[in-house]
Amino acid sequence: MQWETVIGLEIHAQLATQSKIFSGASVAYGAEPNTQACAVDLGLPGTLPVLNEQAVRFAVKFGLAIGAHIAPYSVFARKNYFYPDLPKGYQISQFDLPIVGLGEIDIVVDGDTRTIGVTRAHLEEDAGKSLHEDYHGMTGVDLNRAGTPLLEIVSEPDMRSAAEAVAYVKTLHSLVQYLEICDGNMQEGSFRCDVNVSVRPKGQDEFGTRAEIKNLNSFRFIEKAIAHEVERQIDLIESGQKVVQETRLYDANKDETRSMRSKEEANDYRYFPDPDLLPVEISAELLAEMRAELPELPAAKKSRFQQQYELSEYDAAVLTVQRALADYYEQAVASANGEAKLVANWLMGELSAALNKSSYDISQSPVSAERLGSLVSRIADQTISGKIAKQVFELMWSSDDSADDIIEREGLKQISDSGELEKMIDQLMAQNVAQVEQFRAGKTKMLGFFVGQLMKQTQGKANPQELNKLLLAKLNA
Amino acid sequence: MTMYNKSLKQLSTSLQNKDISSVELSQYFLERIKQYDGELNSVITLNEEAALLAAAQADKAIQAGGAGPLTGIPLLHKDIFCTEGLRTSCGSKMLDNFIAPYNATAVDKLSQAGTIMLGKTNMDEFAMGSSNETSFYGAVKNPWGLQTVPGGSSGGSAAAIAARLAPLASGTDTGGSIRQPAAFCGITGIKPTYGSVSRYGMIAFASSLDQAGAMAKSAEDAAYMLQAMSGFDEKDSTSVNRPVADLVSGLADSIKGLKIGLPKEFFSAELDDAVRLKVDEAIDAIKSAGAEVKEISLPNINLSVPAYYVVAPAECSANLSRFDGVRFGHRCDSPKDLEDLYTRSRGEGFGEEVKRRVMMGAYVLSAGYYDAYYKKAQQVRRLIQQDFVNAFKEVDIIASATAPSTAFTVGDKAGDPVSMYLSDIFTIGVNLAGLPGMSVPCGFVNEMPVGLQLIGNYYEESRLLNVAHQYQQLTDWHTRVPTGFEQE
Repeated sequence: MQWETVIGLEIHAQLATQSKIFSGASVAYGAEPNTQACAVDLGLPGTLPVLNEQAVRFAVKFGLAIGAHIAPYSVFARKNYFYPDLPKGYQISQFDLPIVGLGEIDIVVDGDTRTIGVTRAHLEEDAGKSLHEDYHGMTGVDLNRAGTPLLEIVSEPDMRSAAEAVAYVKTLHSLVQYLEICDGNMQEGSFRCDVNVSVRPKGQDEFGTRAEIKNLNSFRFIEKAIAHEVERQIDLIESGQKVVQETRLYDANKDETRSMRSKEEANDYRYFPDPDLLPVEISAELLAEMRAELPELPAAKKSRFQQQYELSEYDAAVLTVQRALADYYEQAVASANGEAKLVANWLMGELSAALNKSSYDISQSPVSAERLGSLVSRIADQTISGKIAKQVFELMWSSDDSADDIIEREGLKQISDSGELEKMIDQLMAQNVAQVEQFRAGKTKMLGFFVGQLMKQTQGKANPQELNKLLLAKLNA
Repeated sequence: MTMYNKSLKQLSTSLQNKDISSVELSQYFLERIKQYDGELNSVITLNEEAALLAAAQADKAIQAGGAGPLTGIPLLHKDIFCTEGLRTSCGSKMLDNFIAPYNATAVDKLSQAGTIMLGKTNMDEFAMGSSNETSFYGAVKNPWGLQTVPGGSSGGSAAAIAARLAPLASGTDTGGSIRQPAAFCGITGIKPTYGSVSRYGMIAFASSLDQAGAMAKSAEDAAYMLQAMSGFDEKDSTSVNRPVADLVSGLADSIKGLKIGLPKEFFSAELDDAVRLKVDEAIDAIKSAGAEVKEISLPNINLSVPAYYVVAPAECSANLSRFDGVRFGHRCDSPKDLEDLYTRSRGEGFGEEVKRRVMMGAYVLSAGYYDAYYKKAQQVRRLIQQDFVNAFKEVDIIASATAPSTAFTVGDKAGDPVSMYLSDIFTIGVNLAGLPGMSVPCGFVNEMPVGLQLIGNYYEESRLLNVAHQYQQLTDWHTRVPTGFEQE
């Protein structure tokens, strides 16, 4: 039988606010346990939540970016359950009236564009962390993360393969960083994912029973977990068993999912509107303000790059994944007198390799966009060859010197003067009469010998086009 | 006149004139607490040392000429308000060991106004009760009859004011918890409009209903206190951002032409005949000052008790989840696992009434029941609110008895929760609507005090206090002191 996979995703994006969603405590990552939890975060008696406006603005921005309905009136609700890392015994979240309603987002898989529905996005607070190791059979609780603002983004069950799911996650990951509402750091848990997976016979309308896989924090794990889960469900059905609705956990070490709890064990969260918080009202002014703050979004930027810089879809996609990278690219092109393709090659080639080697982000690049642009323009105006440019680039990487200064100081300027080159060719031909004869006898491969010798003599500085032209003319004479 | 029966204004004048110092005044009331509270049990934590230090500071302020009307005035705080460094138990074993690292905003405001906190008053556990019998620290006795209850949940504050153990006390009112004990103890108590006094640091029972207020001998005293504790607080999202009203300067205004509405539903069979007689007399007195009286109807008010006993427990079931034995409060001995930690800590830490309400609340919010109970109750709540809104189109003030009877005997209703809940039948609607309400003493039935309830429109505390004050100019019920507590 032919099976079809159906996938829906819930993504938790940690909002890049300074302080927590309902208190003034800092949200900086990596502090000593329980040093960033104030009385409100600890759920001490009598304390009350006060909504962080920045979190609301970020949520609105996200909603606008996916063309969603922004609720003029949304409500925080209490989600009740007991756990040691949940100080109040309830999580403040949104339930039937979320701030962001139905929207959509385009993804590209193998060159095809598909539109994925986003059911809703709502604001909520994160819980703390339970630490089960090193406490002699007891559990430690770190409440630094408690109250961190999250935007939970829920998709429609619109994806049909692991590749589509990953493309969707990557697209959102890029979007939230463009909007500067989330740092996207998956290792630190700033962007994490729950996946709902089911299978059904191809052609069937009803969905199969789904399993939810919790807390996936890398693109690779998402892909592997889905692949594994799909296989498990198909095996179950084909062997006459049933898929049960349950929450499963992906074990990256064993590459398998295992059951956490079944639907029967699921909590009744007893949601009700939080009486400590007023409904969130979004004014027309705020909407207009947020709309004006929206940057050019990845999809628009990508198609502009294709048109304006005549880049391939692939190049445009790579260069627009990150807003900082795209900005760097455009600055470099401007400093390189519009050498768009050449800058793209350098960015995706030398620069990106060097950054990777040093584990740097584009924002940490020792070579600024302006400096890279002027290096590229020296290639374009034939001051140096591409090969020499790599040497110059290495020197630029380890110093603050400009490309021009390095070229000048190191004497790397290309020799394009035909008189000078002709003199050298004549000399070389005179010294290697046998090779000249071989060439003239039809062994044209000997050209490489002459080029190599001359490059060696000039330490690579001979203009290769000019050199080839002159050599051929003289050898063929 | 005896010191304990002096009005706030008189005490303040004595302090300003240096007839007495704040230290002396504080010592005087601390002595009264020591002398009389053994049998009343109205104060559960004394703050003697810190109080005398604060009083010395107040004396300096008075000396320096920077004193306000509350500078140097001793008071008591209901033990629901967090007080930095001094135990805040909320009347529960759960918090018997809890010392907050912060002050409630209301406490801060009152101490900034110069008041001296002598101690914390007893209360029904987590403010759940109408008789002060649910306290972990034992029942409070009514100074007017030691075999009767003082009402609740602010029963400790009410009994302490009645016995003149302090000039002022704070209270909170979720379903009548200031007004009903004020009525039972023959004192004056006011609960302002929801959102007037910050709830920050006030341990939550039912967040959408809880409101702090003032308890004192007279409307005038209560006006000074309420004004000092009111005001917007950015730490409480439900506090109202509007300027604090002047509650004092209008007290002397004439009430001629004031329209008073008497809801026919409140003068019904539930109301004790003798109590009704006293309320009628009080209304006659107000009429004699020039007010007009009119019968009105609050058609849905009979639904207020059932609606309240859905909404309040629902909110409390979540509000009390934080008491889990993990971070503070009572924790059971050697829990064998997490489940055991939760069930035993909560099982041991909470009393019967609290458990009953937490269970009711969890039930009405649970899947499949939410619409039938919680949602329906919220709809009923809006109807009740609308009834009041309509009524205030016709009248300025609504008057009724505060409670259907005078204080009942200790133990009488303790085993019958429904009959206990019904003792708040006249007060609960005010909380559901978020309106200001107060109780003023209006006579005695069998030597037990009767309270007149006055209900105002939103933010009309000043008018309420004006009416109460004018009534108190015509009567002296508020100056009566229970037998056995008159000694200087």
